[in-house]
Amino acid sequence: MSKLVIEGVSRTFAGVRGGQRVQALQPVDLAVAANDFITILGPSGCGKSTLLRIVAGLEAPSTGRVLLDGKAVTRPGPDRGMVFQSYTLFPWLTVAENIGFGLRERRVPERERNEIVASYVDLVGLKGFENHWPKQLSGGMQQRTAIARALANDPAILLLDEPFGALDNQTRGLMQELLLGIWERRKKTVLFVTHDIEEAIFMASRVIVMSARPGRIKSDVPVDLPHPRHYTLKTSPEFSRLKAQLTEDIRIEAMRTAQTQSA
Amino acid sequence: MLRPLHPVPPGTRTVLGIAFFALFVAFWAWITLGGHVNRIFLADPLSMLKDGWRLLVEDRFWLDILITIWRVFGGFVLASIVAVPIGIAMGAWKPVEAFLEPFVSFARYLPASAFIPLLILWAGIGELEKLLVIFVGSVFQIILIIAVKVGSTRRDLVEAAYTLGATDNGIVKRVIMPANAPEIAETLRLVLGWAWTYVIVAELIGSSSGIGYMIINSQSRLATGQIIFGIIVIGLIGLLSDFAFKALNRWLYPWSLA
Repeated sequence: MSKLVIEGVSRTFAGVRGGQRVQALQPVDLAVAANDFITILGPSGCGKSTLLRIVAGLEAPSTGRVLLDGKAVTRPGPDRGMVFQSYTLFPWLTVAENIGFGLRERRVPERERNEIVASYVDLVGLKGFENHWPKQLSGGMQQRTAIARALANDPAILLLDEPFGALDNQTRGLMQELLLGIWERRKKTVLFVTHDIEEAIFMASRVIVMSARPGRIKSDVPVDLPHPRHYTLKTSPEFSRLKAQLTEDIRIEAMRTAQTQSA
Repeated sequence: MLRPLHPVPPGTRTVLGIAFFALFVAFWAWITLGGHVNRIFLADPLSMLKDGWRLLVEDRFWLDILITIWRVFGGFVLASIVAVPIGIAMGAWKPVEAFLEPFVSFARYLPASAFIPLLILWAGIGELEKLLVIFVGSVFQIILIIAVKVGSTRRDLVEAAYTLGATDNGIVKRVIMPANAPEIAETLRLVLGWAWTYVIVAELIGSSSGIGYMIINSQSRLATGQIIFGIIVIGLIGLLSDFAFKALNRWLYPWSLA
């Protein structure tokens, strides 16, 4: 049985000041198997973030529905952990308190909470920074904390919305390996939105390519590269072949976006 | 040499700041001691200090100072206790805002000083009336500023908290309130400054104690030295309470400065 099922989900925004209604997302169908790492790849403005926000329950679909473990999604909840592109750590809480936020909200006893927090601090390599304020951390460390915060709730699925988009290239590469390493060891169902082709292939067991706005699923590409993956994989022939294929797919869509914008 | 937005070294900053005070006092001394203005209308700095000393030692002016401080803080604390929860509620829950915002916006423009005759009719000329003037002057301002600050709470933080399992009440208590706490404290610091204006107005009318009373009393005796001393005392207390408030905020909210 599929872990996550997206059935005919579309999203239309009301027109601004009586203008035309804008369709951001055409009806999308997608079934995600448990412990799959899915990356959703598309040009900017294709509605991929909207789709992720609908799965998170932060936005309601105009049509269709989302089922997680057979239950319909109606509002955000701790079973769907989310990492945002912008830095969303609570600035008034320390790193440890941020990671423990969801646990505290769910009234997990303090001792158990501290143990879980410590284990996730360890997992994302932030030992020694537990009592730092978010402002004192680099962008990469903030996103590591955000990943730990989402995972500490032990969600059924982890949603990531271009989590490394604001980071420099080197840091981004390290973060990809870190997240993939965690996934390889702990197995989790992951939905990861990105516009970076290399990132999409490197992380994924399956890449979903979306078309230009209004978005729909254009292709569904399995990535059968072996695990554990090392960054050197990015220069292998199989990787290059996939990259060439997806680059072509995305290029057409990006051009289509450029045309609709200039029209 | 003067480059726009270029920072000034801290030492130079202090020197420049003190230099203006010195210039100001020098100018004041020059026009008064030099006989360029009539002494009846403006006392010179030296007789101002002499008058001030006499006030403190002989007329027990420090009692007036304490009474004025008590009035400011009393009225201000009352206004804060009422206004902060209402402001948070308006910012957090849009129906509450729709219900109260038009009235509060209107009430904000009612001048506190114009209420003094009415407040005297209702509460007499005792302490309650003085507190009420400050209350009326501060409460609507605090409500509105806090409502706006709370209303602009970062949405991404609220969304993050929801995805971590926060309930609607949890959002208010564990995101909206802590996220805005430094801003709320900053708002209170600002409004406390305004409360000093209201208290003096309240003491100018129907009062028998306080700094404002001393000032209006000195007017009839043409004691401009005392008036200026009173004004400077208000300025100094305002400055001190401002420093104290800032220090308190820094101590309470280290995360917002880190």
